[in-house]
Amino acid sequence: MGKRYETVIGLEVHVELATKTKIFCGCPAAFGGAPNTHVCPVCTGMPGTLPVLNKKVLEYAVAVGLAANCKISEYCKFDRKNYFYPDNPQNYQISQLYLPICTDGGVEIETEAGKKTVGIHEIHMEEDAGKLIHDEWEDCSLVDYNRSGVPLLEIVSRPDMRNAEEVIAYLEKLRMMIQYLGASDCKLQEGSMRADVNLSVREEGAEKYGTRTEMKNLNSFRAIRRAIEGERERQMELLEAGGRVIQETRRWDDNKGESYAMRSKEDAKDYRYFPDPDLPPIVIDKAWLEEMKKAQPEFRPEKIKRYQKEYDIPDYDIEIITASKRMADIFEETVERCGQPKKVSNWLMVETLRLLKENGMEPEDIRFSPENLAKLIKMTDAKEINSSVAKEVFEAMFDRNADPEKYVEEQGLKTVNDESALREAVEKVIAGNPKSVEDYRNGKEKAIGFLVGQTMKEMKGKADPGEVNKLLREWLQEMKE
Amino acid sequence: MELLEWTALELSAKIKTGEIKARDAVLAALERIEAGEGIYHCYITVDAEGALRRAEEVQRRMDGGELSGPLSGVPVAVKDNICTEGLLTTCASKMLGNFVPAYSAEAVRRLEEAGAVILGKTNMDEFAMGSTTETSAYGETRNPWDIGRVPGGSSGGSAAAVAAEECFLALGSDTGGSIRQPAAFCGVVGIKPTYGTVSRYGLVAYGSSLDQIGPIGRNVSDCAAMLEVITSYDKKDSTSINREDTDFTAALTDDVEGMRIGLPKDYMGDGLDREVREAVLEAANVLAGRGALVEEFDLGLAEYAIPAYYTIASAEASSNLERFDGVKYGYRAAEYEGLHSMYKRSRSEGFGPEVKRRIMLGSFVLSSGYYDAYYLKALKVKALIKKAFDEAFAKYDLILGPAAPTTAPVLGESLADPLQMYLGDIYTVSANLAGLPGISIPCGKNSEGLPIGLQMMGDCFQEKKMIRAAYAYEKARGTFGRPTLASGTDGAGRGVCAEGEGGKKSGKTI
Repeated sequence: MGKRYETVIGLEVHVELATKTKIFCGCPAAFGGAPNTHVCPVCTGMPGTLPVLNKKVLEYAVAVGLAANCKISEYCKFDRKNYFYPDNPQNYQISQLYLPICTDGGVEIETEAGKKTVGIHEIHMEEDAGKLIHDEWEDCSLVDYNRSGVPLLEIVSRPDMRNAEEVIAYLEKLRMMIQYLGASDCKLQEGSMRADVNLSVREEGAEKYGTRTEMKNLNSFRAIRRAIEGERERQMELLEAGGRVIQETRRWDDNKGESYAMRSKEDAKDYRYFPDPDLPPIVIDKAWLEEMKKAQPEFRPEKIKRYQKEYDIPDYDIEIITASKRMADIFEETVERCGQPKKVSNWLMVETLRLLKENGMEPEDIRFSPENLAKLIKMTDAKEINSSVAKEVFEAMFDRNADPEKYVEEQGLKTVNDESALREAVEKVIAGNPKSVEDYRNGKEKAIGFLVGQTMKEMKGKADPGEVNKLLREWLQEMKE
Repeated sequence: MELLEWTALELSAKIKTGEIKARDAVLAALERIEAGEGIYHCYITVDAEGALRRAEEVQRRMDGGELSGPLSGVPVAVKDNICTEGLLTTCASKMLGNFVPAYSAEAVRRLEEAGAVILGKTNMDEFAMGSTTETSAYGETRNPWDIGRVPGGSSGGSAAAVAAEECFLALGSDTGGSIRQPAAFCGVVGIKPTYGTVSRYGLVAYGSSLDQIGPIGRNVSDCAAMLEVITSYDKKDSTSINREDTDFTAALTDDVEGMRIGLPKDYMGDGLDREVREAVLEAANVLAGRGALVEEFDLGLAEYAIPAYYTIASAEASSNLERFDGVKYGYRAAEYEGLHSMYKRSRSEGFGPEVKRRIMLGSFVLSSGYYDAYYLKALKVKALIKKAFDEAFAKYDLILGPAAPTTAPVLGESLADPLQMYLGDIYTVSANLAGLPGISIPCGKNSEGLPIGLQMMGDCFQEKKMIRAAYAYEKARGTFGRPTLASGTDGAGRGVCAEGEGGKKSGKTI
């Protein structure tokens, strides 16, 4: 290849909002449920039914817009996007085209190459569609409207990104910001965050953008990265061979590692957008907007600074803990209950991360409560349980948010503080292991470890190893004398 | 059948005093329906069993002192584009020939709560698109004053049912005159309220920004009472308005002294039937004689109302009717190959020609490249029309004019020339474009004995002024009279409910 090319990327990101109910009716917006159980006449498009906007959707949209430094429109409208498809019960989607809620913002990203701002063209509210299930065995299609009417935000960036690193950094930034706002859990795999990549290439130094394609079906950061590399290569090869890029929508097949054309601009549909007459324009009250601004939470950069000041824990721990709003919340709430930031951080950094990884879970999936973690820490501090028992208890907490006090009680894991029982055990171990006793006396310090282990075994793990150690040494000292 | 000649308010008063039972009123209406339907075909569905059951229930509640409102025990009819839980709601279309809603419209819910007894669902133009009730998939309705003529539309079944005494009151819907024009043709009273007054929840949408449900009745008092019952602020309808001053029956005072009434020259010129013109001028004189100040003025923009209306209504309709696709409910073609063929065939077979014409018109004006030139321009015209009315209402309390340029046309005449039919809506569409309330009230008969309708329009939220003037006019006018009602089968051999699919469903409880 003789020429050098620059890649130009813009993103359309869809985020499913974490509202309790749908955008235009009172049905639960929660994921899952048996097919067509989270439905009503409104979200199944029954004749005569009407949409009523869920105010929480507007709040989230404004909160995300403010966090992304957007202008919040004082006057915005919903529009109908008309197209026939069975997953869409009305055969039009209620969205925003002409007057979206947020415009002209931007977020700062950081890659190895440094910091830069990615512009945000607009953010708008819209409704999700249902789900089609193609039953090839029965040769028919079934439709589940549980997702129909689940609120979405579409965040449209400007074509400001130049490579996959920037795209990933931008998505990470959005995800963190939105999670911190509690507006969405932003899971790519589950589809609560979806990104469509608009990509074009142009000769380096060229002023005009090249013809772009839109890539869909990107379900992980890995897929996004691979799709960007693949599409960049494909377009450059086309141009090098004297061909031209066709403006089209392409679908990424992550198994094959390649994309194929879905539809070109020529057969693009005419959506016949027009303002939805069922929904009056939204007028944003200035005082309300001020309240929303005040209610913006502490985002990650500020949180990191605060942690560095308030808590005596390593920067590395701060980095990991604040990377998830959920993790940070658990950290802060636990510390509030039991103090000891270092110990709380250790539980999160070691045992929690290990179990998350082993179970293929995200921090957002954590089930144990700060209350229970604080109890566990207090119990170990009070030597009611030893550290190995604590790990066992923590696993039960991680698994099902078990109450550590009850669990220890039920499983009989409490450290035995009964001096006579411990003495009995020590006596037995010393009598049964003359060789080790002999070694210790001859100055082999290591032998004490074996004896402690044997005593713990005798106690079925329910003793404080420090206490055992101390007692053994005293006993052996006495024998010497 | 003296009972059937009473007004709704007279009837409920007699039920209240125990003079008659709610059941008697329903039985009388059902008997009248049985006798008249073979000729008039006002109803698509008659729910005799349900109505009798409801009458007993209402009677119990009245006897127990729970119910005492002015509509208690009154048999009413509901236009078939207004959803009734458990009762077939077809919109006079083959597309919804099997549609039984799982919910009632808010207006219906309020009527039932007030003790009204629903007799059945009335015929109409398919999806309320038409001005004659001839576009119904279940056969046309005939005008009780002359069965060779249309009752008007689209709420023709409701207006004819009131005129034929097959109910005491009826709900209609008005997108461009669909309550006021059939009321005029059938010699009854109809009110189109200010946009946002009656909840649209459960009204199958035609032109969402224009649609309003309203009453059709024998006189102004009955209509005012029904409007009072169905008016509500409904959170299920985002365009519903929480308004005060909805005690419409309080406006039934015989007093127009000093009321300023404007008569737009634009409404009295070319295209207006001579006899209609004379009747409207005579009505204006009557009001002037009662102390109102009536004067002619130039409203302006009247010629743009029809194109703006048909552009906006069709645009919204093209989108509103997309949900009828054969997937979830309603008609699905028997044979098709694949999804697109299923859509195409279901919609081609399920919709009639007038509905298709408006869907195509609406799709065209919204399509890219034409949106600005048609739809957006129509919205601008709409805003200008609203402004013209604002200026007029700065000077006048009411605007007076004809409800329609002619009396009821002969069957078949209108559909032969749709454009001419559209132009017939010239005096009514402006109220919908500007969101204003309007009332149509009989103001005489032409030389053939056909009723002529007078229209009054008020400023937004000024129903009470309008009702006051209409009531005063009605009092001054005196009894309007009833059509000579026929019974049995007509010359064409139309037996009771024998024609059309809807007819077959009549008399059954769904």
